[in-house]
Amino acid sequence: MGWFRKKEKPPEVVVAKEDLWTICPSCKAHVYKDEWDKNFCVCPQCNFHDKITFQERLDILIDPGTFREINEEVTTADPLEFKDDKGSYAEKAESTKAKTNMKEAVVTGRGKIHGIRVVISVMDFRFLGGSLASGTGEKILLASEYALRHAYPYIVVSASGGARMHEGIISLMQMAKTCAGIARLKKGGIPYISILTDPTTGGVSASFATMGDINIAEPKALIGFAGRRVIEETIKQKLPDDFQTAEYVLEHGFIDQIVNRKEMKNFLYKVLRYWKAK
Amino acid sequence: MNLDFEKNMPEIEAKIAELTKQKTTDPNAKVEDQLTDLQKQLESLKKEVYSSLTPWQTVQVARHPNRPLLRDYIAGICGEFIELHGDRYFGDDQGIIGGFATIEDRHVMIIGHQKGKTLEENVKTNFGMATPDGYRKALRLMKLAEKFKIPIVSFIDTPGAYPGADAEARGQAEAIARNLTEMSQIEVPIIVIVTGEGGSGGALGIGVGDVILMLSNSVYSVISPEGCASILWRDGSKAPEAAEALKVTADSLSKLGIIDEIIPEPLGGAHRDYEGTLRVVKQALLKHLNILRRVSERKLVERRFEKYCRIGRFKRR
Ligand SMILES: [Zn+2]
Repeated sequence: MGWFRKKEKPPEVVVAKEDLWTICPSCKAHVYKDEWDKNFCVCPQCNFHDKITFQERLDILIDPGTFREINEEVTTADPLEFKDDKGSYAEKAESTKAKTNMKEAVVTGRGKIHGIRVVISVMDFRFLGGSLASGTGEKILLASEYALRHAYPYIVVSASGGARMHEGIISLMQMAKTCAGIARLKKGGIPYISILTDPTTGGVSASFATMGDINIAEPKALIGFAGRRVIEETIKQKLPDDFQTAEYVLEHGFIDQIVNRKEMKNFLYKVLRYWKAK
Repeated sequence: MNLDFEKNMPEIEAKIAELTKQKTTDPNAKVEDQLTDLQKQLESLKKEVYSSLTPWQTVQVARHPNRPLLRDYIAGICGEFIELHGDRYFGDDQGIIGGFATIEDRHVMIIGHQKGKTLEENVKTNFGMATPDGYRKALRLMKLAEKFKIPIVSFIDTPGAYPGADAEARGQAEAIARNLTEMSQIEVPIIVIVTGEGGSGGALGIGVGDVILMLSNSVYSVISPEGCASILWRDGSKAPEAAEALKVTADSLSKLGIIDEIIPEPLGGAHRDYEGTLRVVKQALLKHLNILRRVSERKLVERRFEKYCRIGRFKRR
């Protein structure tokens, strides 16, 4: 559904000159790879927040040694026996698993943020564009149920192009399934914080990602429902550059704050302190 | 609009109409034998074509401009309809309409997508592509139904949510997400019926329910076959292949356990026989209204949650 770029490439981190340099995908600045990595893959020139792996995200957000993964064994099946002209979904999923060492596009578990216990789901764009499908939906729902049971705040970090076409309508239904879990958190009085990173579009933006009690975005992240090209074709107009950016959705009232990656953990901590505070 | 796979059905139908007219104006016209013959031809052709539609052909039928639209269903099924307008925030989208309605002796809230039959109507309704205002209007009416303790019937027929700049600005994603979240907890029965095109998030945005019904020639998909083909096949003209792979037909979705019941359309499709279509839809709605009225509010929400929990096929290893 919604949002897929034609010829989507993985994060364009082009490494040149004996792996010394990283070229910023946004402003094309040449940055020492060391500096780039130390800066959490954020461009020191333009503050573009590049995509990072689930492990890097957990390292940034969760206290060292406190993360315990749950439902790590959930992985893809092939309910539609889907094939396109390049091959089968089953093969594609297997090669993705081998390449990423992940079993689905999201990793879920519990951990601590400066000592506060939380349940967290982290999507990883490397796994089929972070797409929402059976396994992803199941893990995100089970994590919210875990949070509800233990009365821990729930945090989801989204990075996704939307629903996974290869599982057809079953992927679409994961939108309803994950939202049903979020509804139970709301009813149960459990805080739910959604962090929207580049990109959060299509079926993920139209489900759990925009439903946070608090929605936070990383700077310049692409956030929206329909794809830019589709909209331009529909309205027969060119869209401004800042359309569907974090800054744009902040201005339109759909997120609470834009927070820099290196300040994200402290921001979460500061907000979580208010839950049941005296 | 003619569908090429319907072969010469439209011509035969035109001829039948012509002869029938001739018969009424001139009682002595000897057209009886010819009429019987043509009707036989038409019936066997309908059977031949409509018993073996490919998924892509089914998509064409589901999108047929002469298919009954929501206002046709309301006019034919409901004794009364009190339309309720507006989302109370911004406007009154015409791509989703709704209001109080009666079906026989049952009082319900009807919501659903409204496409148009003419270009003028389609401009007004955005071809059934709802804006955030439409989803928010629908939610307002569902909450009203909950307060009045009457069941909700949701009619799905949309190519998708409206992909416009203004729709994005007003939070298309948030509006749909909000509906999915709230609908999972609404404490009255929700019957969802896909009558034409179930277009992705735009369909699901009013499509969470206790029972999901589909007309036999309707389709429901995560993405349009054309969209899927242009992304995965890099060629929009491979839509027939994509329609096959995506498993968009009522039959496939029933086998996958996504929908609860297929409502069989009259032979030759809903666009040929409004009366027959409306009759089966009304019967199905009354049946499920009666089944669901016996379920307690708490049980309804509990069961709905479990229903969506079960959707998904994955492995554990
Ligand atoms: Zn830069």
